[in-house]
Formats: sequence, C-alpha cells, structure tokens
Amino acid sequence: MALGVKLASIVFSMILVNNYVLAKFLGICPFLGVSKKLNSALGMSLAVIFVMSLATAVTFPIQIFILDANGLGYLQTIVFILIIAVLVQLIEIAMKKYMPPLYNSLGVYLPLITTNCAVLGVTVLNVDNYAPDVAVYGFGYAFAEAMACAVGAGLGFLLAMVLFSGVRKRVEMANPPACFQGLPITLVAASITSMSFMGFGGIVENLFGV
Amino acid sequence: MAEKSKLSIVTNGLVKENPVLRLVLGTCPTLAVSTAVSNALGMGFAATIVLICANMAISALRKVIPGKVHLPCYIVIIATFVTIVQMLVKAFAPELDTALGVYLPLIVVNCIILGRAEMFACKNNVVDSALDGLGMGVGFTLALTAMATIREVLGNGTWLGFTVIPESIPRFTLMTSAPGGFFTFGLLMALVVWYETKTNNKIERKIGCAAEKEA
Repeated sequence: MALGVKLASIVFSMILVNNYVLAKFLGICPFLGVSKKLNSALGMSLAVIFVMSLATAVTFPIQIFILDANGLGYLQTIVFILIIAVLVQLIEIAMKKYMPPLYNSLGVYLPLITTNCAVLGVTVLNVDNYAPDVAVYGFGYAFAEAMACAVGAGLGFLLAMVLFSGVRKRVEMANPPACFQGLPITLVAASITSMSFMGFGGIVENLFGV
Repeated sequence: MAEKSKLSIVTNGLVKENPVLRLVLGTCPTLAVSTAVSNALGMGFAATIVLICANMAISALRKVIPGKVHLPCYIVIIATFVTIVQMLVKAFAPELDTALGVYLPLIVVNCIILGRAEMFACKNNVVDSALDGLGMGVGFTLALTAMATIREVLGNGTWLGFTVIPESIPRFTLMTSAPGGFFTFGLLMALVVWYETKTNNKIERKIGCAAEKEA
C-alpha cells in the first residue's frame, strides 16, 4: 500500500475512531479540567499537539537505536517520562526567550503536560504498534507512521476539547438535579459526546479501503 | 497538631479522601480499566504497590531531595517502581499484562501517586507514608471495583468471570465501551455527592491533576 494512503488512514483513524480522549481514555484530566473556556481548550490542545509530535520524534529513534539495539527495552518507561519532562522544560525556556507571544498564550499549559497520560501514552503505543515495522519496511517508513499517529492523536485531542468546551457551555446553563451539578453532569455529557464518536466506527476502512 | 493515629491515616484514603470519588485523581485508569472486575483488581493492586513503595522511598529521601528539583526526582522514583511492577506482572501474570496494556506503564503519570508524594510523603515519616499509600491504594481499588462491578454486570452479565445474569437476557454492551465508562463514573459521582449533601459534608471538587497544579 502506498505510504501516503497509509499515513492518511492512520491520521483519520486517530482523530475519529480511536480518539484518545473519547475512545481510549487518555488525557481525561485536561479534558475535564481545562475545557471550560474555548480559548484555554484551544491553547492546551495546541500545546499537546506540539509536545506529542516532538516527544514521538525524539523517543521513537531512541527506542529503536539506543534501547532496543542494546537490549535495554525494559528502561522504556523511565527513559520516556524523563525525556518528556526535559522536552517540556526545554520548550518552555525556548518559547519564553524566542516567542514571547506564543509563550503568553500556551505557557501556562506546558507544565501540566508532563503528567498528561496522553503524551506518554502516544509514545509508548507508537513503539508497541510501529517498532515491528522497522524490520519489515525500514526505519523511515515506521517513523513516518509513528509521526502520523502522534499528529493524528493530537488533532483528535484538539477536536474533542473544542467540541466538548461547546457542549459544556450548554451544560452549565442547564439545571440538573442538585446532586448532578458540576462534575457528574459533565461526565454524563462526556458520555454522550463519546457515544456520538462511536458512530465513526468503520469510516476509515470505507474511506481508504484498508 | 495532635499525632494522628495510625489507623486514621489508613482509613483517610478509603472514605474521607477517596482518591477517585472525592479528590478526583487518576480518572484515566479509572475509566479505562473498569470494564471488568478482574482488571480493576489487578490495576488497583499494581497501583497500591507502587504507591506504598514510592511513598516510602520519597519519605525516606525527603531531607535529601533539593526543593528545586523535587518533581523530576519523584518522577524517577515512581518510574523505577512502575518498571519493577511492570516486569513482575509480565513474568507472573501475563494475561493481566495484556488486559491492562498501555495503562500499566501509565501508572507513572497517575496523579494519585505524584499527588500523594507532594501532599503527604514529603512531610511525614516513612511508616505514616507507607500507611497513607496503603489507604489511598485500597481506596483507589475500591472505587475501581465499584465502577467495574456496575459495568461488568450490566455490560457482560458476569462478575469476576461468573455469570450473574442469565444468558437469555440481552446484554447492555454499551456499558463496557467508552460512553458507559463516562456514564457510570458520572452516576457514581452523583451518588456520592447525594450522600454528602444528606450527611452535610459536601466538598468542593476540583477536577483532576490540572486543577491541583493550577492551585
């Protein structure tokens, strides 16, 4: 199969079918915590896309060329979480110095990302899913797949956050029973949003004929 | 402040500060692995071990770790114990490893563990920290098991693998998929809030790890 079609199908399936927040329960904390306002939802998601792509670009080669090559695969968790923590710090420093406007809008979300399970999740899942492809198709192909998966996961996160911040505006104006006020009704609303995403099942297979 | 009794430290995590239903921490694993009671118990057990060990180690090193780099230090300590648990699970319970999948390494970023390190272990002695870890871990397991019970019985008709609803009644399979997770969590949370209002000790809930660090 052509690489382009494969990559497009990965991106679409990560956004619609295997949406990290609504189908795989990764990154629920920011999904519930930062989705109150559209602006902060957008800022957080952009920061997540950025960190996810960069983290995958760094951790995937490290896993293949350093950890696996030396039989150190079991150090994956420790190495990955440290790399993510360091990356987030570096991005924060670089952004503060060279891109102050961007820092002012995204800066507050960056420290929260270190412990965002979606970022560690995408790096670990990429290694699980695409590391075997290195032996079959070569490193470049597998790396492209992993990057497509990271970008798609980030875009899916963005879509879920933005949609849900709209849903939440309506939910906040509603008047549920007292014990449902606040978090419980938000969770029920998330459940319905997630149910609507189930409707996308099978769309990727039909679109790309995979 | 008066010396807290050892028992109250343990029970604190079970009810008063239940990590999932009162502090709203660790929502991702709660939603993800509560599809079956066996997964919930396995996840709870793994997280409890990591909590106890990490709390003890952090508490023992609390005077050595410099304040400025305390977070990276905590993360390395937690990641070490998670890796140990991961290897043990892979070796002795491979089916659990397959069932939990990526959520096993993700215990590292479970905010319950980092949260307890910040809130409790860095201020208290080793024994108290271990007890706090035990209480929190069991509280987490209890909440997970409650969620999993609702989801597995309704969605699959079984409890811990035993059939409890006759085969002739159709399964409500939505409960074991993603929307059912959010829904069950919302209902359970509403139930807890209802009980709190009735007994007059309602608390303000901040949502998850994000809220904790923004504060």
